[in-house]
Amino acid sequence: MKSEESSYSYSEGFKDGIPIGLGYLSVSFSFGIMAVNSGLPVWISVLISMTNLTSAGQFAGIGLIACGAPYIEMALTQLIINLRYALMSLSLSQKADKSLNILHRMITAFGITDEIFAVASGKAHDIGKSYMYGLITAPYLGWSTGTLLGAIAGNILPGSVSAALNIALYSMFIAIIIPPAKKSKPVLLVIAISVVLSTIFEFAPYINRLSNGFAIIICAVTASFLGAVFFPVKEATE
Amino acid sequence: MTLIHVLVMAGVTYLIRMLPFVLFKKKIENRFIKSFLHYVPFAVLGAMTFPAIFSSTSSVYSAIIGTAVAVFLAFREKSLLTVASSACLTVYIAEALIKLFQH
Repeated sequence: MKSEESSYSYSEGFKDGIPIGLGYLSVSFSFGIMAVNSGLPVWISVLISMTNLTSAGQFAGIGLIACGAPYIEMALTQLIINLRYALMSLSLSQKADKSLNILHRMITAFGITDEIFAVASGKAHDIGKSYMYGLITAPYLGWSTGTLLGAIAGNILPGSVSAALNIALYSMFIAIIIPPAKKSKPVLLVIAISVVLSTIFEFAPYINRLSNGFAIIICAVTASFLGAVFFPVKEATE
Repeated sequence: MTLIHVLVMAGVTYLIRMLPFVLFKKKIENRFIKSFLHYVPFAVLGAMTFPAIFSSTSSVYSAIIGTAVAVFLAFREKSLLTVASSACLTVYIAEALIKLFQH
């Protein structure tokens, strides 16, 4: 009874992607503002969003471009900040069905962001190529368009508005993790451990010098490791 | 100069996402690794959000109020968009009030 293509269609993916796309509009809008304020032309700001599709990495990237950092520093910074995507890709590779062959994996991998990953891994069944392409569409358009609008509006918008928009990304993460944490105590505990560790990395002397991206990896790996040791997932959870 | 920077950024970010997705085509059967990967998204998003969210706005007070609103609405299982836009609006109003009382 197993079909090549998963049961989730392109349009179902597209629908799931709309809230992410709208959320991205506001976050990339503030990215566009920041990029132009750091001295980048509008088209470069948009090009960065269209080729990177990542929030924290891009915000760090424009800072490095502005101060003319060496390419190797740029590469290492992106590697550390974005290494979490490797964990997500690995996790998602286990949920991808046969329709996602090597070629389609090479293309859709570009769209694995925090939110797209969170939504895709929240689906009950395996996911196929149609669903992935659908899911990526609206966020990609939202991320690019928002950057363009923000870069153009850059100097018009008052600071109070862009400060308010900064919380958009984080509140989306909260909206993703809280409902599953309500239903599963192990998930809640894993989140709690990770948050406590990340707070320690932020404030404790000496270790707070560690880069943000690297700290996130250590927190996530430790908390997930403890979760796997003490609360192994039942086989039925697929 | 700038274009090469963008190229380096995009290339590194893409490879990080693409390699694990393409290389791990076989299903991992090990229960421990499966459990580990099950918890990864929650742990990553938790660590990314806290405590960074409290310094994401102009004042820690507006951030606390915004976070409280986001947590409350997320607990009521509202959509991503509702949670995010309500938090933004709350922060905007809170910061306007803070400015008002400072003068």
